[in-house]
This record gives sequence, structure tokens and C-alpha cells, in this order.
Amino acid sequence: MSEIQLTPLKLAIESYIPLGRSGLLPALHAAQKIYGWLPLEVAAEVANTLGVPLADVHGVIEFYSMFYNEPVGRRIIRVCTDQACALKGADQLLDHLCHCYGLRPGQTTDDLSLTIERSPCLGLCEQAPAALVDDDAETNISADFHSYDLGIPKSYVYGSIRELTVNCGNGTTTLAEYGEYAAYKKALTMSPEEVIAETDKASGLVGRGGAAFPTGVKWGGAAKIQAVQKFIVCNADESEPGTFKDRVLLLDDPHRTIEGMCIAAYAIGAGKGYIYIRGEYPYIVPVLENALDEARSAGYLGEHFDVEVRVGAGAYICGEETALFESIEGKRGFPRVKPPFPTTNGLFDNPTVINNVETLCNLPLIISKGSAEYRMLGTETSPGPKLFCVSGDVAKPGLYEVPFGVTLRELLKMAGGPPPAITPRTSRKQGARIPRLQAVLFGGAAGAFATSEHLDIKLTFEDLRAAGLPLGSGVVMVFDETRSIPDVLNRLGKFFAHESCGKCYPCQLGTQRQMEILERVAKNKVMVGDFSRLQDVGWTMTEASLCGLGQTAASAVLSAMKLWPDLFETGQR
Amino acid sequence: MAITFFMDGKEIKTEEGKTLIEVARENGINIPSVCVHEATKANALCRICVVEVEGQRVLQPACIVKAANNMKVQTRSGKVLRARRTILEMLASTIDLSDAPEIQNMMAEYGASFNRFPDAKRRESEIQDDNPMYIRDYSKCLLCWRCVQVCADDAQYTFAINFSGRGFETQVGTFFDRAIPETSCVLCGQCVAVCPTGALKPKREFLLEQGLSPQDIGVLNSGRKKRK
Repeated sequence: MSEIQLTPLKLAIESYIPLGRSGLLPALHAAQKIYGWLPLEVAAEVANTLGVPLADVHGVIEFYSMFYNEPVGRRIIRVCTDQACALKGADQLLDHLCHCYGLRPGQTTDDLSLTIERSPCLGLCEQAPAALVDDDAETNISADFHSYDLGIPKSYVYGSIRELTVNCGNGTTTLAEYGEYAAYKKALTMSPEEVIAETDKASGLVGRGGAAFPTGVKWGGAAKIQAVQKFIVCNADESEPGTFKDRVLLLDDPHRTIEGMCIAAYAIGAGKGYIYIRGEYPYIVPVLENALDEARSAGYLGEHFDVEVRVGAGAYICGEETALFESIEGKRGFPRVKPPFPTTNGLFDNPTVINNVETLCNLPLIISKGSAEYRMLGTETSPGPKLFCVSGDVAKPGLYEVPFGVTLRELLKMAGGPPPAITPRTSRKQGARIPRLQAVLFGGAAGAFATSEHLDIKLTFEDLRAAGLPLGSGVVMVFDETRSIPDVLNRLGKFFAHESCGKCYPCQLGTQRQMEILERVAKNKVMVGDFSRLQDVGWTMTEASLCGLGQTAASAVLSAMKLWPDLFETGQR
Repeated sequence: MAITFFMDGKEIKTEEGKTLIEVARENGINIPSVCVHEATKANALCRICVVEVEGQRVLQPACIVKAANNMKVQTRSGKVLRARRTILEMLASTIDLSDAPEIQNMMAEYGASFNRFPDAKRRESEIQDDNPMYIRDYSKCLLCWRCVQVCADDAQYTFAINFSGRGFETQVGTFFDRAIPETSCVLCGQCVAVCPTGALKPKREFLLEQGLSPQDIGVLNSGRKKRK
């Protein structure tokens, strides 16, 4: 092997030296841009330059699936084979590509020109099937594979209101088009306490990333702590299968998120912000960098508060807030033990507020309108607008903005979903040829299944909770009656086994055992005792795992076991 | 500050700041654990020590949760037993526990079966015999992190080992799988001392188990036959 020329690397990572270990992921990204992968000499140079132990650098490379310590192709095609894409023929697409180049998934051509990989959800579910070709999204791929869109993905924005998505659907909104940060300017005329009060009970805003934690409580916690440095982190590691709302918000209206971060920074007294964006959204990074430059030129960002973009490298777990901090700090994305909580001991052990993109996008709205007018939308306990990521068997998959409180039936009607399942009372004569609704996966892989019985449930936190359905990140993935639930579950099992960080035993071992049993379910080779095995594994992950990933890794599976117990018993199909 | 709380219905007085596992041991209540060691920072990762704490949504790890005034803790409730048993069964279906008598005893105590998960993938690994002091048999490794922690900032600050892979495929490893002599390892032996499952074993012990006599090993060590 020819000797590796390290001079370009030295130049490329020089600027990361002041960051120390925190510069590790940016440096590895830069190195991989130059060499295509991370050979030993390159990893060693990065380690020595940043002062990180060699073994730790190797540990980080190994943790993130988009870092490679063996040669890969100069072009990498990542084909999403998760649920929404699978419904639209992702397996056939992957087979076709592999057949064309004589490869198996995960392999590289001998001349190192191409690698083809299976990928977890790429967040392109409404334009499935989809792939990531280097830094470009390839979407809407036709059944004969001949037509597709390539580049920055389009946005499909629908719904009954346009509050959060007012600037979405027509490409990136520049600062000139967005206008001045009027809400931020208004916030600056208020005291930080007043801003927090508006965000807190007055508006009733809770986090939109999946955990639904009250935003104002988080802010209040961080605001009251005296510290030299505090941070605002925007969680844009959107990786929940079926979720793509943050992609649309950041691509089409980046200034809304940045303005939200400015308001948050003022409220808690933060001097620095980070946007942590998943590695599978490379095409958003230049859009964000450009928007940040615009905001700097306009004086919204600067010495008092500035924002840095950090790019992940293929790890669902980094959407967990403390794992995300670890990743920014240049470590493997292991979630931390809580308490202490981020508001006191967050990023770099400093008080930190971490909010999801959609949560931050609500802030300009709340501040400019005032919480009273904001509350005109939605219900008493679930105020405001909500984004739903509708995918699967509907005529118009896309991002739907609606007020909290519409029913699932109304949402599916807007999206052109399948008719409800036939009940004994429904006549079998009418429309028998149209496939009917079988199930809706609610809230993503970490969510739960709903059926036709749930159609009249109002989409609010309180109504869904009462029905045992999580709102999660707003995923509504629709399956008609022709679809195989065991196939959906099989992909869920693979997803969580692939994405478990491996720290705590219930999840590290449980996601593997769950995957094995779900593979048997999908192959109709269930063994005697699998039902109770799967119950014990799922229950133990839910009750005893360290973080939210493990605690929800069995959520959809356990809900399926309640709805369709026969699938998990021998000789029942 | 003195506090009073309840463990398995028993009223316990103790000082604020102690973990549940510490207080339990002082009071003759056994809470089992796999990953915790006095030499390493508790990371709450094995979850064998989970207990039920009234008012908490999920089970709580006793190795890091501190006793608090009026807290009500169950260390052997049905939920606790189910979690412990299942975790042990999943462990037994994954790694070789033949050199881990403490965990074998736990299996017996919690009625955990070695064969609960048939057809399960195991973490198999070749024995790595690449240095004069210890062997590494990662098919016995249960990823308690103790070795990585003592090698790093819990004790030695050597940073010779870290992790490779992720999730179930995680393994303790060196920089690009280099042999131990080619790493920063100083052969201090602390990792071997804290290993609970015989995944790290002194070379001499390993050779004796292989049937070599102490004399044979002496010859190996000297590299040539000793003069009579």
C-alpha cells in the first residue's frame, strides 16, 4: 500500500486543535472527506493532533456507522430499508442495485468505486423509496428504478394550518424573505423571566422531540443556575424511523430555528449554541451554515451568542440528549446516568437547555403572538400547532400541520388514507376491492400501533396517553390490510439491535434477543415459548434500561402483541 | 444529615449521600450487582441491582441512586426478580460464564435458566494470547467496563483499551486491534484484577489450566532451559 500523505489532513484539522477532544468528530469527518475512509495512520494523526488517546479514537470510529476504518468506495449509496421505504419497494431497489454491480449489501467494488449499504431510516419517508448517494438524497425512485429525484429533497407540506410551516414548501427561505427576527427583538424588550413565563405555563409548550417535557420548566431550571458558560443545544438528530419534520423545517426555514435558539439563549443566559444534525442529512449542513452567516451579518449572532453546527455520523442513540452531549464532546454516544440533568450538568458539564427543532420553531410564534393568542390553537392541555409526519399507504404522504385536537380520522382523510377496516356491520359489498386500513404505527419505532378502532381519538397528548398511544415525534405511518405486520416488526427489531449503544445490559442484550425472535415471527418459525420470551425481554428493556432508547425499544412490539397475539404463537398462522 | 427510609418494609436510619446498595450492605440486605466494583466509578449499566422505588416510573439502579428521606424501596419485589432473572438469562445465552461462579450463584438464586434463549447468537471470540502477562478471552466478557475504566481515568491513565463495535457487537479492544505490546499498555495488571468473569486471566493461570506444569512455565518465561 502506498504511503499516506498526511499534509492535507494536517491543514484540514488545524482549526480543530483549540477544540481538543470536542473536535474529534469534525476532524474525523474532515479526514474522511480527504481519504474516503480512516486508515490507521490518519486516525493516529487525528489522535495526536487533538490529544486524544489512540484507543479512544478507535472506539469513536467504531461507534458511528458512517465512519469507516477499512476502505470503502469513492461513492457510497445508502439504501433505506426501514418500514416506510420497505412499503414502496426498498428491498427490490437494494437487490437491483446490488445485482447491477455484483455486490452484496455492505460490500465495495474491487476498484473501490462504489459501496452499497443498507441504511436505517433516512428521514425521507414521504418520498420513499429513498437512498443517500454520498451527500445527495435520491427519492421518489420509480418501480423500474429509471426515474428519481436527486439532490436536496423536496418538501411536501399539507394540513389545515400554516403556522410552523408558513415558509415551508418552496425551497430555503433566506433571511431577506424571513424578515427581521421580530420575536427575538420583542423578547429583548422583556425580562428573561417574562420570556420563560410565556414559554412555560402561559403557552403550555412541551417538547416535540418525543418526551413531551415542559419547555419552560427546562428553561427555568437552567436559568436559575449561576454559571460562567451555559449552552443551548438544538437537537436535530432526527432519526426516529418515520420522522422527517425537522428536515423540512431546517431546509425550508432555517431562520425560525435560529431565532428560537436566540430567544432561548436570552432567556437562560447562554453564550453558545450548537445545532447537532444527524449525519444522514448532509445536504442540510450548507443551508444551515449559510443561514447562520446571514444571522451573523444581521447582528443576531455574534459575540454575545453564536451557534455552531455539529454533524453526527450515523447513531440513532445520539438523539438521546446526554448521548448527544457525549458526541459533541468527541466521545462514543453513550447516554449518561440521570440525574444530574442537563439543566445543571449538561454539555461540558455546564447548564444546558436542549430542545428539538420543532420545539424551537414554536418560540417565535409564542413570543410574537403572545401566549394567549398561541393558545387559540389546539386544546387546553395540548395548545398550539403540531406537525405530523404521514407516510406509508396514503395518497398524499407528507408533513401535515394541524392544531392539536384533530382526530386521526381527519388526518388520514386529509392524507388520503385507506378506508377503515371492515367491521361486521360494514357491508362487504361496497368498495371491497380497495385495501382497507390495517394499522397505524404511531410515534415511530419507539411508538405503538393503532387500528381502525382508534380513528376517533383526538391527536392530543392527553387523549393519546389515555389510549396508550405515544405521540412521540409525530409519526403516523399507515399500513393497509395487504401489508405484513411481522415484516414491519422484523424491521423494527433489526433497527433497535443496530442502534443500541451497548451500554446497559437490558438493551444491549434485549434488542438482540428481540430481533432474533421477531425474525422467527417474520419467517413463521415461532418456537414454543417465544411469546413469553418476547414478553420478558420487552418488559425488562422497558423497566430496567438506562435510557429512553431501551425503555421504548419494545414499545411497538408489545403493542403488536396485544393487538395480534396469534402472530407470536406457534401454529396460529 | 441523618435520614430515615424504608427498605423491604424495614425502617433504616442512615446518613444522606449513600447509595442504596451501600446502605443495603450495611444492613445485611443483599442487592446483587455485576458491574459495580469499589475501584471503579459506578455506571449503572448491568442493571442487575435494580430495585423498585415507590413513585418512580421504572426500576432504579441501586448502585447510583442515593437513599433519601422517607423513600420506600423494594429490593426483591416481583418486578425486580423478573428483571434480574431475564437479564441473567440473556447474559447466559450470550457469553461463557464458566469462570464466573458469582454469576452462576446468582443464576441459581433467581431461578434463571441457562437455556432460556435457544438459537441465540453468542459473542464468540478467539483467545488473544499476545503478551507475557495475561490472555484475553472476550467470549467470557460481559462488558462491565471495569477494565476500560481502570486502564483510563479511574486508576492508571494508560488508555490502552476502549471499545470496538456497538450494541450487542460491542467488544473491548485496542487501537485498530493492535496486539497489547504495541499499545500504551504498561502491563500493570489492574484490568486482570477487576475482571469478574475470567475474560482477562493471568498468563500463568491460563497455562496451568492448559495442563502445563510450573516447570514448563518457568522454561517459557526464561526463554531457555535453566542451568542445572
